[in-house]
Amino acid sequence: MSDLILLLAEHGGGRVRLPTWECLGFAQGLASQLKKHVVTVVLGKDIDSICAEIAAGQQQSVWKVSAPELESYNPDYFSAALGQIVQQARPYAFVFSHTYRTIDFAPKLAAALDIGFISDVIRCRVEDGRLLFLKSAFHDKLTAELSFCVGPPYLVSIQIGSFPADAAQRGGNAPVEDKFVDLSAVPNRRKMLQIVQALKNQVDLSKAEIIVAVGRGIGKRENLKIAEELAAVLGAEIGASRPLVDMEWLPRDRQIGSSGQTVAPRVYFAVGVSGAIQHIVGMKNAAFVVAINKDPNAPIFKIANYGIVGDLLEVVPALTEAVKQQRAQSA
Amino acid sequence: MKIVTCIKQVPEKDTRFELNTEDSWIKEQDLTYEINECDEYALEEALRLKEKHGGEVVLLSVGSDLAERALRRGLALGADRAILIVAPREEISDPLMVARALRAQAQVEQPDLILTGVRSDDHAFAQTGTMLAELLHWPHATIVMKVETDEVGKTLKVQRELEAGLLEEVALALPALLTIQQGINQVRYASLKGIMTAKKKELRRVDWISLGLSGGKKIQIERIGFPKSEKKFEIIGGSPEHAAAVLVEKMKKEMKIL
Ligand SMILES: Cc1cc2nc3c(=O)[nH]c(=O)nc-3n(C[C@H](O)[C@H](O)[C@H](O)COP(=O)(O)OP(=O)(O)OC[C@H]3O[C@@H](n4cnc5c(N)ncnc54)[C@H](O)[C@@H]3O)c2cc1C
Ligand SMILES: Nc1ncnc2c1ncn2[C@@H]1O[C@H](COP(=O)(O)O)[C@@H](O)[C@H]1O
Repeated sequence: MSDLILLLAEHGGGRVRLPTWECLGFAQGLASQLKKHVVTVVLGKDIDSICAEIAAGQQQSVWKVSAPELESYNPDYFSAALGQIVQQARPYAFVFSHTYRTIDFAPKLAAALDIGFISDVIRCRVEDGRLLFLKSAFHDKLTAELSFCVGPPYLVSIQIGSFPADAAQRGGNAPVEDKFVDLSAVPNRRKMLQIVQALKNQVDLSKAEIIVAVGRGIGKRENLKIAEELAAVLGAEIGASRPLVDMEWLPRDRQIGSSGQTVAPRVYFAVGVSGAIQHIVGMKNAAFVVAINKDPNAPIFKIANYGIVGDLLEVVPALTEAVKQQRAQSA
Repeated sequence: MKIVTCIKQVPEKDTRFELNTEDSWIKEQDLTYEINECDEYALEEALRLKEKHGGEVVLLSVGSDLAERALRRGLALGADRAILIVAPREEISDPLMVARALRAQAQVEQPDLILTGVRSDDHAFAQTGTMLAELLHWPHATIVMKVETDEVGKTLKVQRELEAGLLEEVALALPALLTIQQGINQVRYASLKGIMTAKKKELRRVDWISLGLSGGKKIQIERIGFPKSEKKFEIIGGSPEHAAAVLVEKMKKEMKIL
């Protein structure tokens, strides 16, 4: 086993993606604690400019793994290529960003290598030389601390946004080394046909000043009108958590979160929204967050400025009424 | 088409959790349980494929004795039979262990297609399905939002969700495994007839030890806890009317939207 901490660069459209820098900051932090070295691995074809961008951004080395099979993403080729890299280098750890792509290939890689994989990590600490990883569990209502029973090598993916990208030490001129993988014997069992746009957004919530976002706590479709009434008196747009859209209570272009729109209003009312991380990433840049939820431990309160703990069926109409009165007074 | 659908039983979403005395897991007494959210969508997708191609939908779960409830519910929704691998909790907080157990039964059943959810609501690993595919040497696709089959049911065209509202369309040949994302379809309700017949459908129990799994677990949960709040927020208390009045003041003076 070597003293290397590898991390996988994600890139697209000729650019390094932001989560890569978060990963780098995380890997560097871990490496300095454990006296290890960080190497960034780049997979693809025609990736010289990507490698150069990373080499300029960090002190340690960059491994360029170029092969025709890696031109576009495919889990069979990605997993095989990374498997060969792990076999060659026997790294201490391999770090990924917990993106949709990582979800698609990293568990496969772990199973193929018969090693453990701790996914979606939000914090990491070292206790008596042992690594402990914190992740969210139970709809983000609880956290779980996990450890590896065997290894290294350790496979870890970190949650997007949990480690700051600017923690990565930048500036430098890392050597770019070619690493070779042989994918000629790997069957490509999954053919990429095309990328399609899910839905053209009819409404652009990114410019909304005020958003009243409704979650499953609204209970019944008929109850949506109480949120709509509040939105009307505030001149706000209606937003939603994913389940409401999945149930077709509201159109897909009202969804806020990782697979919906990203918004940054002045005030965000979260009404019966629990505050799962996939929702939070879409609205955490709101200047003010007001959460109305009957559960005082709902994770949404962690990022709220003001919280009302109570039944939204009582609180929301009361709020609508109070806003109306206020408007009448100042008119 | 023979389809195996992996479903996990998890505590209801609205549960207020308490920790056990060692902080190693939640207190499980008196909880009410449900089928893991995306697994319900996976089951619905399986039932629709059976309606199109004929065949059989077999439910497969690894868990405690209590998980029989979730399986009965799945049977009431229309699955044909169910298998419960009864396992100790410590063994199955590693997704690779669960995948190995699922593989053992998948090898017995030899389905054309396996559906799992993207992610469990309790552990939230988003690993088990993809690991199972690898253990079986099958192709897979994750975070699936649309499944199309050809007439004879030999190949699949599926759409996978990507970031930023994009979808990737890919083709695979059966046998294959898909991890299904919530929202792919509209889940049906169990009919009264379904609930009645579910009681008579086959539910086979398999003992964990009898699987003779080798390899041992790779990761484990050391402890669980409540997330720490990074930001200080203010709780506005009192009656709804009082809270509303206080909030309106804040909206005027501080947030400046009134
Ligand atoms: C790959 C992936 C992508 C995802 N993308 C997104 C995304 O883009 N956007 C998104 O939102 N989610 C997304 N999700 C889903 C996400 O993980 C959560 O499941 C979802 O956000 C939960 O929605 P919710 O808060 O409305 O529902 P729940 O988690 O069910 O929460 C309902 C809340 O309402 C409260 N409540 C219930 N009744 C009342 C009442 N009477 N009064 C007051 N409060 C009440 C409850 O206490 C609870 O906190 C994604 C998941 C995955 C796996
Ligand atoms: N104990 C289990 N029994 C049956 N299926 C499971 C089990 N654990 C996980 N799965 C399946 O794997 C998916 C992903 O789970 P996870 O990897 O824990 O996020 C779930 O949605 C289930 O379909």
